[in-house]
Amino acid sequence: SKVQQIATLEQLKTIGRELAMGSQGGFGQSKEFLDLVKSIGEARSKAEEDRIVLTEIETLKRRIAEPDTTRRKMKEYIIRLLYIEMLGHDASFGYIHAVKMTHCDSLILKRTGYLAVTLFLNEDHDLIILIVNTIQKDLKSDNYLVVCAALNAVCRLINEETIPAVLPQVVELLEHPKEAVRKKAVMALHRFYQRSSSSVSHLVSNFRKRLCDSDPGVMGATLCPLFDLITIDVNSYKDLVVSFVSILKQVAERRLPKSYDYHQMPAPFIQIKLLKILCLLGNGDKQSSEHMYTVVGDIMRKCDLTSNIGNAILYESICCVSSIHPNPKLIDAAADAISKFLKSDSHNLKYMGIDALGRLIKISPETAEQHQLAVIDCLEDPDDTLKRKTFELLYKMTKSTNVEVIVDRMIDYMISINDTHYKTETASRCVELAEQFAPSNNWFIQTMNKVFEHAGDLVNSKVAHNLMRLIAEGFGKDDDTADSQLRSSAVESYVCIIGEPKLPSAFLQVICWVLGEYGTVDGNYTASYVTGKLCDVAEAHSSDDTVKAYAVTALMKIYAFEIAAGRKLDMLPECQSLIEELSASHSTDLQQRAYELQAVIGLEAQAVENVMPVDASCEDIEIDKSLSFLDSYVQESFEKGAQPYIPESERYGAVNMSNFRNQDQHDASTHALRFEAYELPKPTIAGRTPTVSSSTELVPLVPDPQPTYAREIYQTPSVPSVSDTGSSEYKLRLDGVQKKWGRPNYSTPAPSNTNSDSHKTANGETQRDGAGNVKSRARDASYDSRRSPQVEISPEKQKLAASLFGGMSQSKNKQSGGGHKASKTTNRAAEKTHMVKEVTAPVQPTQDLLDMGEPTIVSSVSSVDPFKQLEGLLDITQDASAQSSGSVGATNAPDITSFYAEMSASGPNNIDGVDMISGLSGVSNRTPGGSTTIHTPQLNKGAIRKDSLEKDALVRQMGVTPSGQNPNLFSDLLG
Amino acid sequence: MIRAVIVMNDKGKPRLVKFYEFQPVEKQQELIRSIYGVLCSRAEKVSNFIRADSILGPDARLVYKTYATLYFVFIFDTSENELAILDLMQVFVEALDKCFSNVCELDIVFNFNKVHSILDEIILGGQVIETSSSEVVKAVEEAYRCSSSNSSFTPVVN
Repeated sequence: SKVQQIATLEQLKTIGRELAMGSQGGFGQSKEFLDLVKSIGEARSKAEEDRIVLTEIETLKRRIAEPDTTRRKMKEYIIRLLYIEMLGHDASFGYIHAVKMTHCDSLILKRTGYLAVTLFLNEDHDLIILIVNTIQKDLKSDNYLVVCAALNAVCRLINEETIPAVLPQVVELLEHPKEAVRKKAVMALHRFYQRSSSSVSHLVSNFRKRLCDSDPGVMGATLCPLFDLITIDVNSYKDLVVSFVSILKQVAERRLPKSYDYHQMPAPFIQIKLLKILCLLGNGDKQSSEHMYTVVGDIMRKCDLTSNIGNAILYESICCVSSIHPNPKLIDAAADAISKFLKSDSHNLKYMGIDALGRLIKISPETAEQHQLAVIDCLEDPDDTLKRKTFELLYKMTKSTNVEVIVDRMIDYMISINDTHYKTETASRCVELAEQFAPSNNWFIQTMNKVFEHAGDLVNSKVAHNLMRLIAEGFGKDDDTADSQLRSSAVESYVCIIGEPKLPSAFLQVICWVLGEYGTVDGNYTASYVTGKLCDVAEAHSSDDTVKAYAVTALMKIYAFEIAAGRKLDMLPECQSLIEELSASHSTDLQQRAYELQAVIGLEAQAVENVMPVDASCEDIEIDKSLSFLDSYVQESFEKGAQPYIPESERYGAVNMSNFRNQDQHDASTHALRFEAYELPKPTIAGRTPTVSSSTELVPLVPDPQPTYAREIYQTPSVPSVSDTGSSEYKLRLDGVQKKWGRPNYSTPAPSNTNSDSHKTANGETQRDGAGNVKSRARDASYDSRRSPQVEISPEKQKLAASLFGGMSQSKNKQSGGGHKASKTTNRAAEKTHMVKEVTAPVQPTQDLLDMGEPTIVSSVSSVDPFKQLEGLLDITQDASAQSSGSVGATNAPDITSFYAEMSASGPNNIDGVDMISGLSGVSNRTPGGSTTIHTPQLNKGAIRKDSLEKDALVRQMGVTPSGQNPNLFSDLLG
Repeated sequence: MIRAVIVMNDKGKPRLVKFYEFQPVEKQQELIRSIYGVLCSRAEKVSNFIRADSILGPDARLVYKTYATLYFVFIFDTSENELAILDLMQVFVEALDKCFSNVCELDIVFNFNKVHSILDEIILGGQVIETSSSEVVKAVEEAYRCSSSNSSFTPVVN
């Protein structure tokens, strides 16, 4: 009851204040707006919400159009427009009023106008042109707040065409006395660079200049554009390595004013950005990397591991260590840091640990093994993000010894998730790993079956083609028995699986193709058995024309093989009726196949054998693309006065038959395999006339980025009656393809090889070397082991660990020689760096971040690096000689030094500020018991509690009492 | 770079939406819905990170954190560090707290233009420009102080 009394008292107080304030709410908005928010908040359905918003839109349309609307009212309407657009409704009718508001002189209205236009309009909107003028004017304003508001708009609204209109002012503002303006001008210029690098390419040097800005905040902001520039072109910025290192060193040594501290770390966001930049600059560059070792090592040592931001810096350091030229000491430190991450209870840190491990194993593969159990824990973690990250790591460290365990796990995971995107990704990774590292035929086939069964319709159609090709080609020419074993096990498993319901189309296509090609070859299954199965498939998937097409072609092959083998053709009645049905199909493709089948089986054995040779999918089909055998006929016709052929491309407006055909195919089967060949490159058609062609000349294929499989599928109709095996429908052409398992087929499609191969075969000197020894097994060789698991862990987990990482211990002996050598060299390297350090250390005086940009000294020492000459100028504490030069620096650059002096002089204030921040975070943050937690906020919060009570009462009074739906509308975000 | 900052409540209602690359309104809504869907499915006591490439294209990553009734969501690419973004979020919320003394969801609803100003001091064009909440508050307060003194010159007819 006492509580009630207090509450009533509070309410009474609020009512009083409310009355005094009139209709304006405590939040500066009108009652109408509060009502709107309230009713939307209480809407019970999306439809109800939409109704409310539509009414609001009507109201606003009316109000805005009223002639006597005051500007303050208009401001509120625009905010309400923003609000309804945030809820997903169209507010475009009010855009023009937002544009008008940017023209207002009043800063608050102008700011609202700019805010509204940046949220409403994209940079290509027609209304922008009405704002550019205002922006130009505002950029010249004396009031820096107006300039800031305009710069905010510039960052969002200026496109390539309008850049020139504001560029001069923006460049001018880079020198503005207010650091807030300089910072925003840097960002605006950066944005221009992103929009259109060519229009500001001559101004890029400004970023270098701003790196030496007297204000560390501006310097920090400049790191953003520099990071992007360095990402694009590392080599042009190598000269800044020393500068970046020196800045980072000074930041880490707390030479920046206290106000840049965050959670007791000196300017951590700047440190992170700098580490990212060093990461780029040191990548693959030993010389640059050597500059970085000391500072990165220092930072790793200094990181406060109890705070989130400290760990962020540590993580960034690991990334840096993994990217720059390897340094054994740093790698060890990074490995230690990773183990701290992985051992942490925080999922965030575990995630970062897994990510960092994935980076570090690239240069130090043995690190993975130290953390195997932690990795397995993460794999079983309920957190999906962590799990996914861990699978990514496993994918990176797969090799032939652990592929089975990893792929099995990945498949289980793939089956367990519903998200199509990740299912597809996991499926293609499984396929990739299986192709690359498959230990046996049987395992490979079984794995592919599982992947196709669960994600067949998600994986790229390439994958299906590749599987067919692998089954057709096997491991390589040298081992025919292995090849036929692979095919037999494929056929065997497919015969079992084919009857299962709900198999994806792509998988059925593969099954049909393989059964047609190899179903009866090894004699385990009779033709009638296999054809019966194929008929069942065609019937069960009567709506899938592609599957039916594959099935009927497979039937044709089996019948052809039977006839060729001299056996009596005994067609099952259901096959008969299927073929009859398909001859009358609406799909002309199916019709054609059915008729071709009937034609083929009507031929005599000898002819059939020529048309449909057994296991000929890998054979080359020689195609005389120039149709040279028609030369004499053509010549004859010319002599009789016939017109020369005009290529398709030159006949303007002619109906492009091949396009028709493509469309037709796509409609029928959007997800299915493509049957038709890719269009030949146009130029070859254009430049060709029949008289020029000779029999030896092949159409020169332009090497294109299409993967090789694109050209492996042959389509007879496009080359009518040319090839010897012309009637053998669609076949895989497998010449020029590396005979091996694996990724290289995908990732290194060597179209030129394929072409040259086909040239050769056409010229009769068929000579293909099956030397596909590009086998990228480089990964597994590099893994070796130092330790085996020593911790006591459940045997199950140990087993898993052994299977995941165990391969490494086996290869230990093999690797030890190399490893020894490696360690020797690294020792030597370490010695070297040590020596270098000893030599250079005394020479190099401590540098100070803030001595940059002093022009007189710059010219006296060197003209390139403003940092270098200023090194040590301000170092008063350490070195006597440096001190003297420091005083010189002070006199030469009074503005900068005094600036810093001021900063340190105002220490107490800053410290207060810092304490408050850290205190706040201490309450909300994840460092319980950490020494950083300061208890002032409790007091702080206590005072504020009353505040929130008042706020609550106030809103209640205004009729926006939160309903039961959201009782926590008032809960303190940081409480 | 940071691609978007979204604040929404635990019912999925957006409270602040800022995309640093323009997105049409419908697309924004669709993204907010799918992000909300993902956030809802997250268990408690898991990491604050989500790979968002299925929602926002390759390399997109998402960091979220709940403050009372609100989800704060930052979406960004590989050039940012997840842990640091988490702290940036903290900076943002601390700045809000300083501006609205004891900030709650309703403050953000009713003052969302001011909330935008605060965010604009921290992130500009998708890049982080300020990481000290006191500096942010100072800048915003200054702008508002000038605004109000400024507006006193403009005759207000109510």
